[in-house]
Amino acid sequence: MIQVRNLEARYGDTPILEDVSFDVHGSEILAIIGGSGCGKTTLLRHLVGLRRPQSGHIVIAGHDITQADEERFGEAQRNIGILFQGGALFGSMTIAENVALPIQEYTDLSPQAVSALVRMKLSSVDLAGYENHLPSELSSGMIKRAALARALALNPEILFLDEPTAGLDPVISAEIEELIMRINHSIGTTMVIITHSLNIIFKVAHRIIMLDKSVKGILAEGDPKVLKDKSPNPAVRRFFNPQATISQRSAWPR
Amino acid sequence: MPDSYPPDADLYHLMAGPEGAIGIQLLGRIDHRVAAQLLKRLLADITSRDPRQVTFDLNRVTYFDDFGVLVLSELRDRLHADQVPVRIVQPPPKVAEILAMTHFDHPERYAALVPKGSDNLILRLGDAALKMADNLRFLVSFLGSVALCSIQVVRHPRKLRLGDTIVLMQKTGVDAIPIVGMISFLLGLIMAFVSSLQLEQFGASVYVARLVALAMVSELGPIMTAIIVAGRSGSAFAAEIGTMKISEEVDALFTMGFSPTLFLVIPRMVAAMLVVPLLTLFSDFFAIMGGMVISVSMMDLTVSTYVDQTIKALSLFDFFWGLAKSMVFAAMVAWIGCRRGFQVRGGSAEVGNAATSAVVSGIFLIILFDSIFAVIRSYW
Repeated sequence: MIQVRNLEARYGDTPILEDVSFDVHGSEILAIIGGSGCGKTTLLRHLVGLRRPQSGHIVIAGHDITQADEERFGEAQRNIGILFQGGALFGSMTIAENVALPIQEYTDLSPQAVSALVRMKLSSVDLAGYENHLPSELSSGMIKRAALARALALNPEILFLDEPTAGLDPVISAEIEELIMRINHSIGTTMVIITHSLNIIFKVAHRIIMLDKSVKGILAEGDPKVLKDKSPNPAVRRFFNPQATISQRSAWPR
Repeated sequence: MPDSYPPDADLYHLMAGPEGAIGIQLLGRIDHRVAAQLLKRLLADITSRDPRQVTFDLNRVTYFDDFGVLVLSELRDRLHADQVPVRIVQPPPKVAEILAMTHFDHPERYAALVPKGSDNLILRLGDAALKMADNLRFLVSFLGSVALCSIQVVRHPRKLRLGDTIVLMQKTGVDAIPIVGMISFLLGLIMAFVSSLQLEQFGASVYVARLVALAMVSELGPIMTAIIVAGRSGSAFAAEIGTMKISEEVDALFTMGFSPTLFLVIPRMVAAMLVVPLLTLFSDFFAIMGGMVISVSMMDLTVSTYVDQTIKALSLFDFFWGLAKSMVFAAMVAWIGCRRGFQVRGGSAEVGNAATSAVVSGIFLIILFDSIFAVIRSYW
């Protein structure tokens, strides 16, 4: 579904990613992980076309977005949905208008059908009854869910999620994880998730890619459950087993 | 996977059964690309046959999502309204899962909301009155806070954030010199040109110098400068403080024990009150230059006559009166800009409203205070 080949990204003269290549298969949930500043967000911004790479190729659903002209690029973009970290709902529109916007733009459904669909989508993220609220009137968990409903407005083949559970309480986080898995299972959406959450890494993701600042690229790739204990790289094992350092600390004399 | 289907692509097969029963077998991908067309064609096809019973067979559906659910539920609602029973048969497991997930069998879960009707007149009137009272309360408390902080700064000048103030003086004053100079120069040019046409008929073109000087120094200089500052800096103050309010920076200041007024408003007001009179001086100077260019080039006045007439027209009182006015205008523009900024609640659209409102209210206050000054002067 997504092929990344020899991607090189830099901000000014600072190289962020060098020679990054990986694939994302159809209906797969891939988690991109790594310490802060390792280029996760940069990679995401390249994948969704917000930044053009220095060199390399990114093929999304058959379209090479690094080479595509505007029309082809727009076609590729219609296959993707993005859940931004802060939600990025339009503040001047209600929740329902936010979700309806892409549906009105890209389908010929009647206004009544659009509004029925919007209610269906909002009720699937447990926001039934909040149609006429403005984003500023919602809590951060609700904003995330509304943003997810907007990202899924056209049921894109690929969904990018930037820290979908960061800053949310465990109950709401679990609900969002459940929602992600349900969508993936029922309509087979391919998902690329940027996350720090071990819950998502172990329960939701099928496969992970770990980026690292020192290699400016991929440090480890594979099944998190295997990498957790079997990775030859101690830095990778430490990332998956953060408790180890805590138990050492608790051994301090009291 | 194709991005669009030809209009006559096979989306479904329709089979007519005995006793007005029809069966519809949906085919292939039912997604957002085909939903609208499918719904339209099915509606036309079904209603034209006036069926007694409709069965949807989903066995050959390869992809199905909530757009498909929408098509089915819209058709069902339409048919149920005509008392026609509807059955869904042979959904593949994935499709059944989606139908369950979207509560297809419980349409009341996403039933149409009661549209929010407009409230009646009395309610709206009350709402507006409450809002106005709230505004007024905010105005008074903001005025009080600014007054208290000003007193604090006068008593303990070190409380003024000097670094911020100097940067703001540069942004409000120095950076505005080119545009203020340009506009004033052209204004002087226009005034001299228009008045010369009239005054020349009486052989009184020498008075052009007096007219430009007096009009600029006592009225137009302070007003034009203040309006430019309202557009450039008043709106900037509102947008900046409004954005800080939204991103909780103002709350952060407050919880760290800083007074937001002392931290944000006072430096802006002090900076504006110091630099706007200076900008007004520039404005006066450039306008007089503009008048001089016209007078010397188009009427046979010499530079020395023009300067001489200008000096004779002006009194020191006029000059300082103009500067004093511009200082008051500056205070108003900065004050209203900051106030609009602090009133921002909600999202990005509110910041835009605050910036607009800061300019409009700023210009209004400038004209209002100018009239007050005119009245004071006439009874002096």
